[in-house]
Amino acid sequence: MLSYYFSLALHSLKRNRVLTALMVLAIALGIGASMTTLTVLHVLSGDPLPGRSGSLYYPQIDPRDMNDYGPNVEPPDQLAWTDGMYLLKAKRASRQALMTEGMVPLQPTESNVDPFQTSALYTTADFFPMFGVPFQFGQGWNANEDEGKARVAVISASLNDKLFGGGNSVGKELRLQETSFRIVGVLGDWHPNPHFYQLYMGSYASDEDVYVPLSTSRDLKMEHDGSTDCWGNTGGDQDNLERVNCTWLQFWVQLDKPADVEAYKSFLTHYSQDQHAMGRFERPPNVRLRNVMQWLDYQHVVPSDARLQTWLSVGFLVVCLVNTVGLMLSKFMRRSAELGVRRALGASQRALFGQLLMESGVIGLAGGTGGLLLAMLGLWLVRQQPAGYASLAHMDVSMLLATFTLAVLASLLAGVLPAWRACRITPALQLKAN
Amino acid sequence: MDIKPILSTLRRHKFTACLLIAQIALTCAIVCNAIFLIGQRLERMNMSTGVAEHELVYVQLANIDNRPDAMARSAADLAALKEIAGVKSAMATNQLPFGGSSSNMGIKTDPEQQNDEINASQYLGEDVIPTLGVQLVAGRDFRADEYHDLADVYALLRKGDMNALPKSVLITQPMAERLWPGQNPLGKQIYVAKNISLTVIGVIRELARGGGIREGEQYSAVNPIRYSASGGASYVIRCAQQDREQVLKAALAKLKGLDPNRIVLEKGTFDELRHRYFRDDRAMAGILVGVCLALLIVTALGIVGLASFWVAQRNRSIGVRRALGATRYNILNYFQTENFLLTTMGIVLGMVLAYGINLFLIVHYELPRLPAVYFPVGAMLLWGLGQAAVLGPALRAAAVPPVVATRSV
Repeated sequence: MLSYYFSLALHSLKRNRVLTALMVLAIALGIGASMTTLTVLHVLSGDPLPGRSGSLYYPQIDPRDMNDYGPNVEPPDQLAWTDGMYLLKAKRASRQALMTEGMVPLQPTESNVDPFQTSALYTTADFFPMFGVPFQFGQGWNANEDEGKARVAVISASLNDKLFGGGNSVGKELRLQETSFRIVGVLGDWHPNPHFYQLYMGSYASDEDVYVPLSTSRDLKMEHDGSTDCWGNTGGDQDNLERVNCTWLQFWVQLDKPADVEAYKSFLTHYSQDQHAMGRFERPPNVRLRNVMQWLDYQHVVPSDARLQTWLSVGFLVVCLVNTVGLMLSKFMRRSAELGVRRALGASQRALFGQLLMESGVIGLAGGTGGLLLAMLGLWLVRQQPAGYASLAHMDVSMLLATFTLAVLASLLAGVLPAWRACRITPALQLKAN
Repeated sequence: MDIKPILSTLRRHKFTACLLIAQIALTCAIVCNAIFLIGQRLERMNMSTGVAEHELVYVQLANIDNRPDAMARSAADLAALKEIAGVKSAMATNQLPFGGSSSNMGIKTDPEQQNDEINASQYLGEDVIPTLGVQLVAGRDFRADEYHDLADVYALLRKGDMNALPKSVLITQPMAERLWPGQNPLGKQIYVAKNISLTVIGVIRELARGGGIREGEQYSAVNPIRYSASGGASYVIRCAQQDREQVLKAALAKLKGLDPNRIVLEKGTFDELRHRYFRDDRAMAGILVGVCLALLIVTALGIVGLASFWVAQRNRSIGVRRALGATRYNILNYFQTENFLLTTMGIVLGMVLAYGINLFLIVHYELPRLPAVYFPVGAMLLWGLGQAAVLGPALRAAAVPPVVATRSV
């Protein structure tokens, strides 16, 4: 029976080739556009560290003066040196790392490669175990090396490929800013997106190539980039960042149990109270403790254009579906006479419904398949765009499944309604009318 | 033209007609808002900076090692750059409009104020006015003896010696108008931090913020502070438009010759900087145009498809009307009027929907209200689209000969 309906459907579709093509194309365009933008949105709003991000928190405190103070002000996005070092050394969380970023000049030891500038993260020992950073060779540095301002570095896999042909470079020399560093580790595949722990150098696809201890970077006066927000009148002298009233450091902690989160929050409040009592913080205690996803949400990391594009494409899909439903319905209604004859000859309403649904289902599925192909094309087009996140726009399994679900839903919507309307005809009236 | 028979026919195709109206309404609503968004982007991209955009080139350098004598080296670099043929002016500065970095400060007009009145961008460097080519409309530029080195300023701040700091400042006209509406800003004081006040000595007609666009896009101030970044330097050079390429090449050679131990991070013309800054907006405007076109095409094809069906379905009644004396023009007119009615209903519904979408955008994207002019524009567009789409099927209907009436099915 199904194959009979199928051949009937094909026959009917062939009779109006242009119309059939039009309906398939409309559904395909709608689904293609929606799936492209939904995939981009899915990639952009993804969890950078699945399984781990729930227990990573970003403490914020408010060390500023009363200038521009008001109710409900958010504390600054970063920490000042004094507070960062205090929280780091207090070790109140199971792990904690203080960090900031900058560009460093790198002089390859082979003289045939020109010196170049590369992005570096200045951080502390816990960074690697806390974020579960994978290593190809070697490992991160330890707290003693942080303390001793050791000239050690961890490099990314891509820099290792570039400088050492992908071999084990642990123990080799890396020259940064005319200073010799010893490579202690080479990272494996480590591309958290969004780049949650440091958002100032780009939120997506902005992996660092070099990691060195924060203490070392300050000792060598390595360049600090990103945001420096100052208050009071000490200025933002980049060479004396330890002593000015500026926030410029990011701090992450690992808190495994809900009780730990509460305890850490009250630790932050107590610290703020103490500082307030000492007169260093002019504002009353104002602390925040957000986990990774809350932090990304608070920072509005997903570009608003990506959301806007998603809304647009969903609107477009709705128009395409309405268009197809209208065309399909008028096509079915036009065949009222034929359907009336079939009813009069004994076909049940169910049989007619089945037959019409098969026809619209074929269109829906063809449109869905076309939509999937168009989504692939769309994602390729997105990857050609200039935006920083463009290179990440790839379809994954969940989005592939979502595309198929959307296609089936869309085709059912586009098919059921017209088929249901069309099979509810009264055979006698139709026969009489003709 | 009597619309009664048309309405009674449409009543028999209520569901299909409603679908078509819904489609037109959605298209109208989305297209109105998309055109509005495109307009917003274009306006943003045409933003004026006040600087001589076609006459500027820039070079950003990084030192390979740390040098203690950054100020003297910058001075030597600038002296060499000014010797290049065609160079009108050159400076080391902390920021440029559309550039990567920005320096900002909160400003009060009364030291007792609790909150900053505005936030303004802060330009540092010697000869900012002649190099950027911005226009002074009142007061004067800094005298040579007013400039201080940035390192000295930091040292004074560390000592807390606020009185020795440079006291004069240039601000833009929009900023002056915001701080002291309708008054002469010359000689007025602004307070930028505790115990630091500056006197306005000149007013610049227009100078956009350094870095990205943000609120108060023309709120900029220039301080008489000689700039040199300890890690490297950003040089801005002004020359004639046609000399840019060769000046940039000569500048790079000169800088490399003076000190080979540094890396060129960025270089180019200001026009390239602007082009790069707006590339996301350009891409978004392109996508919006594409969506509008796709929507209009899909809707037009939908109208063609439906009209064709209706014409085919009513073949016989058209024949009867023709046999009873209706002219071809009457038939053509019938379908055109029918389409006009459907489109009008769609547009009315679409306007309400457009307004709703706009409210959503205002809440979530901080966009301004949709100007009323977009409503008639959207309506004309869809009326035109509907009439163009229905013309083919309507002509086919008009061509149905009266003899059809006499034929059986």
